Amino acid sequence: MADFFISIQIWPWLAYLAAALIQITLIVTLVAAGSLLFIWLERKVSGRIQDRLGPTRVGGKFGWLQTLADGLKLLTKEDLMPEGADEFLFKIAPYVSFCASLSAFMAIPFAGGEHPFVALHLNVAVFFILAVLGLEVFGVILAGYSSASKWSLFGAMREAAQVVSYEVPLGMCAVVPVLLAGSMDLVVIGDRQAGSFLNWYIFHDPFTFVIFWVYFTCATASVNRAPFDLAEAESELVAGFHTEYSGLRWSFFFMAEYGSMLAVSLLASILFLGGWHGPIPVASFLGLTFDHGFWYGVAGNVLGTANIIVKGIIGVTVMMWVRWTFPRLRIDQVITTCLKYCVPIAAVMFLGATFWQYKWPNGITGGQSARTYSVREQWSAPAVPAAAKPAEKAVKIEPQPLTTAMGIARTE
Amino acid sequence: MEDPIYWPSFFFLLFSAIACAFAVAVVVTPNVVRMAFYLVLSLAATAGLFFLAGADFVGAMQIMIYVGGTLVLLIFGVMLTSQDRFISMKTSNFELGMATGVGVCLFILLAVAARSIPEWHGLTAQQVAEIPLEPTAAPLGMGLLGARVDSPDRSGYLLIFEIISVHLLVVLVGAAYLARARRSRSGFSLTSDG
Amino acid sequence: MTQLTLASILTQPVGVSHYLIVGAVLFVCGALCMATKRNALGVLMGIELVLNGANLNFIAFGSPYLRKASETMGLDGQLMSLFVIVLAAAEAAVALAIALNFYNSFNTIDVDRADQLQG
Repeated sequence: MADFFISIQIWPWLAYLAAALIQITLIVTLVAAGSLLFIWLERKVSGRIQDRLGPTRVGGKFGWLQTLADGLKLLTKEDLMPEGADEFLFKIAPYVSFCASLSAFMAIPFAGGEHPFVALHLNVAVFFILAVLGLEVFGVILAGYSSASKWSLFGAMREAAQVVSYEVPLGMCAVVPVLLAGSMDLVVIGDRQAGSFLNWYIFHDPFTFVIFWVYFTCATASVNRAPFDLAEAESELVAGFHTEYSGLRWSFFFMAEYGSMLAVSLLASILFLGGWHGPIPVASFLGLTFDHGFWYGVAGNVLGTANIIVKGIIGVTVMMWVRWTFPRLRIDQVITTCLKYCVPIAAVMFLGATFWQYKWPNGITGGQSARTYSVREQWSAPAVPAAAKPAEKAVKIEPQPLTTAMGIARTE
Repeated sequence: MEDPIYWPSFFFLLFSAIACAFAVAVVVTPNVVRMAFYLVLSLAATAGLFFLAGADFVGAMQIMIYVGGTLVLLIFGVMLTSQDRFISMKTSNFELGMATGVGVCLFILLAVAARSIPEWHGLTAQQVAEIPLEPTAAPLGMGLLGARVDSPDRSGYLLIFEIISVHLLVVLVGAAYLARARRSRSGFSLTSDG
Repeated sequence: MTQLTLASILTQPVGVSHYLIVGAVLFVCGALCMATKRNALGVLMGIELVLNGANLNFIAFGSPYLRKASETMGLDGQLMSLFVIVLAAAEAAVALAIALNFYNSFNTIDVDRADQLQG
């Protein structure tokens, strides 16, 4: 986007600033509007599942202004802090959580093509998002520790143990689409799945179909949603790590939770469900691609953005459905699910997907071979002289004098 | 149009200021959990410096392993071993003064050494603009598997990679063995008042 | 040292030496942390800072943007820092296990009290 502003002849710093501001505004709006929607949706979904109506009065027919009323109530609440609390950490903890959850959106693309809709086009986006989402646990740990309350501390310890364990299978699942696409760039991964829904990686082979569900389970656990919400188990821990929080600070924890729910759902839809490509390639039928011109492509990308956001909302709704359907697990069951089921299943499926890709790189539908190989050629082409005999190259380790390598010797 | 400020350098200053300030804060503060928190910020800012130097994969690794994994481990340790609610152990002022003196001398030595070589003072903006932007993840992976994509005359790191993998496995098993819960008489238990 | 003034840093690209100075700050802070903290976990954090400073130097020497491309370490720098990161994680796990054991036996993590083997 900065390139566009530079092309209309203004100072580069102004161009970058304008581009950054637009992107920040869009992302913050998405997260804030997302939480507004999701809090209302959560009430409605839980109401319907429990055979109730949910909110009906605030703002007209479906109670769609309920979240705003909630927000006003939270704003007017007194900001409490327990007496023995570590003041600085107590105050900063909700913002740490929120920042981590928000900065994951920085690297999530919303549409691909030649000019992808992404704030930060990272080459290692998958990895970056998983890493940043893992940082959210810091806010929770700090909150639990600084509250000077045993319930908070127990909640924080549980959450830390759970999130750290579930990062292992989550990473294993996320590696499979990376393997299939031959790139860690989310834009590339999304665009490999162009075409009909048969090209989506979830339908690539039986192993990826299984691994999608493992991913979804682990994602649910790593954002601390029920049935894995041990950190705030109200029957045992009052409210877990946010027992001592009230008002606006408390609501920041919830913004962070809903933000990361949306983030893992968007990631799931890019990795496995085709991202911005709909089940039927409507945009390319209509000619809305960058081949026909810049603005056609932008129109197609807007369509794609709508597509991926709908997929993300569906993912979040499924998480809500799960929350109100299953009973909460015990803490030992949570860890057992991770270490005894998710990790082995993910490992076996990863191996299976590897062999499948080796044997039938075309997938079931046969439409993916040409694209897959074009990427491989791209990054291994300059390697031909070095990789000609990789086996010999590997065992031959030539010790290089470190000083020569660092250029020190050359300075005299 | 011409830009008065070279922006990557501005961000370098920003990130390095954050990294250095919080590194100093780690030394100064007596509270262990705050130390861990400042360490997180310092390491995250260092990841920003990695991104600026073009090492995006290593930057993401830094956030994931260093900031994510190691620091969560540390905080676990703090919580499992804290006696008071907010643990802090004071160092004597004499020791602090000595350490600061030695530290400043060491820093001056290192800084003078770093500035003493003119070739290390940086390129011009034009030279930097000519360098093509290259992805690092795939070449790094190939390097770990023993084939060097970037420069054919250098060797890969397959053996070291294998050794490190085995090392990690051994270390994790060993750490789990060391840290396992004890039920013996001499050991620590929740009921003893030690 | 005259080129270290703020104005010239802001108008031209930084070089290896700027990265080395930041690395030196991190290293010195880590070393001070190891020397002055009596808390075993504080010492551990000092080690992390030192390793991080070393990592920064590796990255700086490997980056093509900071020096002439023909002189850099290329990917060697990044590979080295990957190894350092992984080994730091392993070292932290073992050191924490030792600290936990020490705490279980002596009910403190003050490293000055670990003097049982003193002659």
